Amino acid sequence: MNVVVCVKQVPDPNSAGQLDPATKTLRREGVEVVLDPGDEYGIEAGLQLADASGGQVTVVSMGPDKALDAIRKALAMGAAKGVLISDPSLAGSDALTTAKVLAAAIKREPFDLVIAATESTDGYTGTVPQMIAELLGVPAVTFAKHIEADGGTLKVNRQTEAGYDVVEADLPAVLTVTAGVNEPRYPSLKGIMAAKSKPVDRLTVADLGIGDVAPGQTITNIQPAEERKAGEVVEDDGTGAQRIVDYLASLKVI
Amino acid sequence: MAGKIWVLTEVLEGNVVPVGLELLTKARSMGGTVEALVFSPEADKVTATLGEYGATTVYAASDPAYNEVLLGGPAADAIAELAAQQSPDVILIGATYTGRDIAGRLAVKLDAPIIANGLDVSANGDISVQTAIFGATQVVDTKFEGGKTGIAVIRAKSFAAEPGGGAAPTVVPITTPVSDQHRKARVKERVVAKSEGPTLEDAPIVISGGRGLQDPSNFDLLQQVAQLVGGAVGASRAVVDAGWVPYAMQVGQTGKTVKPTVYIACGISGAMQHTVGMKGAKNIVAINKDAEAPIFKLADLGVVGDVLKILPQLIEALKAKKG
Ligand SMILES: Cc1cc2nc3c(=O)[nH]c(=O)nc-3n(C[C@H](O)[C@H](O)[C@H](O)COP(=O)(O)OP(=O)(O)OC[C@H]3O[C@@H](n4cnc5c(N)ncnc54)[C@H](O)[C@@H]3O)c2cc1C
Ligand SMILES: Nc1ncnc2c1ncn2[C@@H]1O[C@H](COP(=O)(O)O)[C@@H](O)[C@H]1O
Repeated sequence: MNVVVCVKQVPDPNSAGQLDPATKTLRREGVEVVLDPGDEYGIEAGLQLADASGGQVTVVSMGPDKALDAIRKALAMGAAKGVLISDPSLAGSDALTTAKVLAAAIKREPFDLVIAATESTDGYTGTVPQMIAELLGVPAVTFAKHIEADGGTLKVNRQTEAGYDVVEADLPAVLTVTAGVNEPRYPSLKGIMAAKSKPVDRLTVADLGIGDVAPGQTITNIQPAEERKAGEVVEDDGTGAQRIVDYLASLKVI
Repeated sequence: MAGKIWVLTEVLEGNVVPVGLELLTKARSMGGTVEALVFSPEADKVTATLGEYGATTVYAASDPAYNEVLLGGPAADAIAELAAQQSPDVILIGATYTGRDIAGRLAVKLDAPIIANGLDVSANGDISVQTAIFGATQVVDTKFEGGKTGIAVIRAKSFAAEPGGGAAPTVVPITTPVSDQHRKARVKERVVAKSEGPTLEDAPIVISGGRGLQDPSNFDLLQQVAQLVGGAVGASRAVVDAGWVPYAMQVGQTGKTVKPTVYIACGISGAMQHTVGMKGAKNIVAINKDAEAPIFKLADLGVVGDVLKILPQLIEALKAKKG
């Protein structure tokens, strides 16, 4: 099974993000960037499925030149090759544009399965994978918390509000994985060395033959959210529990 | 005036999923025509409710095949067909799993802009959607442009659901068939995780645990408290990722948003990705052994201490109070 995994480079989720007030896009200068931690589950899922069936994993990313680092990390984990689409015209792309670019890049070669995370850590629209599925004309099996593959069929437990659905899908398909679906491997030293010589295709919008994409939305205002005020903080001297009971009683909830 | 507003409403076990009613309530206040879309073999069971909450027309699709497929594809096909004839100004969709599946595909089919993760929507000439970024420390307004139908994906609990006393709506059947393409993914089984007591979203009191509980077995203490106060148990992502409790219990950016009367955070540090899902609670209580924990910055009552000592005492005190 040949698997394409969509990976994104994002500002380090452990550092506070910033918007550029002038361009209203994510400020990237001076911010540590990392492979989106959510995508590590996708890479791991892809590697497991490809290894079990004798296929290989290609990682695809749209982002600035620096996103090559994210691709290298995926290669170090075991992916065979990478595709990076970088183009100044793509800075600040909306979800639909991103999906069009990724789908066009994915279509260039035959694939059995496309894997993405359920949402990116920074953009967080959580709809790019479904858009890719629509653009590719394949099923989207989303929010997977357990994955099995049997020949040309995928069997997935899909998270629902009520519990989960057991879904079977024919390949090719798009699959999105939730955190915790597996335990992503760490790149080994050997993997890191090998990644340096693995092939990465560099593409621009012109290579993909996508027409002009006019964004249908504009940011009009950004402001700090209302903050809650801190209340009373007490040291537990053995009466902490009683304080809580009294508080709940004062609110008339017990 | 917002022109024509469509609200996608999902049905679960014969009832409208609450976010659908929340969105209808909001849509009513935007000044315009409010119409609902529903895709379920049980659609006829909910049309009256949709009317009561403000839909004057309900486009209802009740193909029995919906039970066997994922709704994303078929619903997007049908809505796109309908939207081409009716040109709604905006389609409001709840940020549920299926809502996101439909929204993504629909955006492609309509080649329309989509704004996801919305917390509010307003119509002052343009239709604009408010989202929160960076752990809800900043709020951003984004407006739809270009005269196309806008797709707004809105988080649950962004609005209260209140019936508006609307009359029975006009029901227009949708007959777009489920294409063979969408039968390539088949739902074999729907597993419902039954839990006792109120759901996380509806409970007046939510008591959540984090890594400070030390061991999965200590979630039992939270269950006991929840049972005593008629509440529900939530969790931080750290313990969900560690496999202590199921994802359905996760509160926060990538989990549920809860707005209970009281939220009790036990051994949770208060990372912004967690607090974004609970800071809408009316009152917040926090127990943490670290006086510097960020959770205390938003707690109305903070207790600095060992959660494993305090919880058993809390259970005893609640029992004593009950008598
Ligand atoms: C993209 C992204 C999305 C995320 N989404 C979510 C989300 O939806 N929900 C979410 O919760 N998190 C989310 N996170 C993770 C979040 O950043 C935090 O890592 C997580 O919330 C921490 O969980 P915690 O508070 O249980 O653990 P910790 O941060 O490890 O905190 C444990 C706390 O327990 C206290 N403690 C330890 N022992 C005791 C004791 N005996 N008694 C009392 N207190 C004790 C410690 O002082 C500490 O404050 C997300 C992160 C990212 C990057
Ligand atoms: N620029 C990108 N490059 C590669 N993959 C992406 C990109 N944007 C989104 N994705 C994939 O789509 C998922 C969902 O992203 P989003 O819809 O932006 O929340 C991400 O977790 C990635 O797997």
